[in-house]
Amino acid sequence: MNAAEIREQFPILSETINGHPLVYLDSAATSQKPRQVIDAVARYYEHDNANVHRGVHTLGSRATDAYEGARVKVARFLNAPSEQQIIFTRGTTTALNLVATGYARTVCGEGDEIVITPMEHHSNLIPWQQAAKATGATLKYMPLQPDGTIDLEDVRATVTSRTKVVAITYASNVLGVINPVQAIGEIAHEVGAVLVVDGAQSTPHMKIDVQALGCDFYAFSGHKMCGPTGIGVLYGKRELLEAMEPIEYGGEMIDFVDLHESTWKELPWKFEGGTPIIAGAVGLAAAIDFLEEIGLDAIDRHESQLVAYAYDRLSAMEGISIYGPREGRVGLVTFNLADVHPHDVATVLDTYGIAVRAGHHCCQPLMRWLEVSATARASFYLYNTESDVDALVDALRHTKEFFGHAAG
Amino acid sequence: MQLDDLYRRVIMDHYKNPRNRGTLDQESVTINLNNPTCGDRISLQLQLEAGKVAKAKFTGEGCSISLSSASMMTEAVKGKPLDQALEMADRFSELMKGQPVEFDEYEDLEALSGVNKFPARIKCATLAWNALRKGIADGASN
Repeated sequence: MNAAEIREQFPILSETINGHPLVYLDSAATSQKPRQVIDAVARYYEHDNANVHRGVHTLGSRATDAYEGARVKVARFLNAPSEQQIIFTRGTTTALNLVATGYARTVCGEGDEIVITPMEHHSNLIPWQQAAKATGATLKYMPLQPDGTIDLEDVRATVTSRTKVVAITYASNVLGVINPVQAIGEIAHEVGAVLVVDGAQSTPHMKIDVQALGCDFYAFSGHKMCGPTGIGVLYGKRELLEAMEPIEYGGEMIDFVDLHESTWKELPWKFEGGTPIIAGAVGLAAAIDFLEEIGLDAIDRHESQLVAYAYDRLSAMEGISIYGPREGRVGLVTFNLADVHPHDVATVLDTYGIAVRAGHHCCQPLMRWLEVSATARASFYLYNTESDVDALVDALRHTKEFFGHAAG
Repeated sequence: MQLDDLYRRVIMDHYKNPRNRGTLDQESVTINLNNPTCGDRISLQLQLEAGKVAKAKFTGEGCSISLSSASMMTEAVKGKPLDQALEMADRFSELMKGQPVEFDEYEDLEALSGVNKFPARIKCATLAWNALRKGIADGASN
């Protein structure tokens, strides 16, 4: 793949920021959008917009076809057995909350266990914390190795016959580490627990096959993979989804409503109360087309090369700490410069037109595990190049000089 | 946007050599505030006596802007009557909006005027002052 050609398809990458060409290194927070996704959303609103599943009129059919067509596309993208197992949500957070509330709270009781890791994003941590509190279950953390990886022996030692749910991120938004979710799933299944995978950081960057992974639930967001904000997906195994009760009630999700009793639609609509995120689904479908035209394997290779280059160039700097392993990571590098707070780093980089994230990255427990209060993070996507990394390294040198002088 | 507008020498001096960093032994009001978006946190202790801020100390973690602002704030309000301290807090808010206010009592504060041009960093600068307001309110209700 040719990153230079790909860049031209992203209008925002031509922006000038503070007098410099934009170097966007914050795709792990949200990716930029290619012209074809922006156009697909605009085209939907200009030509097909109507509410879905109810209009007898032509636009109603077009909107329904677009929305349900997106669902079929997502099912194929994840290699899900059926589009009925694809529930559209507002994002990964909503999807994980749906599992924690709609599933975990009904199967967990006093003395049961929910197992997660200290590297989880708050969205794959707090829903389980709350589910544990509500049910009397124990929230357990499997330990991490010093480099932030997971040893399967530790998983075996943490998961017990009382474990009902194991929830883990496929790729950490801070450490970058890719977790062995398939093997963790096998351990979970041996004791009858389900495996919930937070796919927010993996889905944009690598080919996902939910059947090969063997996961019971898989959640991801559209906006980190070239799609619009406000659309996400929960995949679940059919028998689990069928047994779950809805957690939101209202229009669109009902079968029959009487004064005191109601029944629900079949999968997946029973989980989609209210007018759904139609334009978001259309945009997500366009994003999937875009990524598949380039090829997820090609994107994966490009990012692996780029992150290895970034890791090595940054490691060569004096006074830098990098978190997470060099190998087996997605396209992001989290770091700190000695004696310069990451917010200050991010502000200086911004004056060079370089966008990075600074802070706790919605991972406060992981920050404590790393024994830092905050970190800076550069994250890459298919439109980033080695020259973006070079610009970052140069600007970090200036940052060190600037603070060295300012302090002196 | 110039970095020197933000990171003035006075600010870096307060960052590297913070005034009033530490804790108070005597009975005092303690306020713990976080900036949840970025993880900065401050623990401010105030000793309020006879309608004045007799002493002010802080501990915490944060960037150069939030820590230097805490250092300056504690230095500025020490010994001041409560109403004057609150009036300074109001004036500091005006400074963050880009208003040309002055601090004859403690001119170092004016060095933070450049933060106004960096909207993402205003919350860093106001954290300590928010803690001050809360501390004075808590002290008044005790």
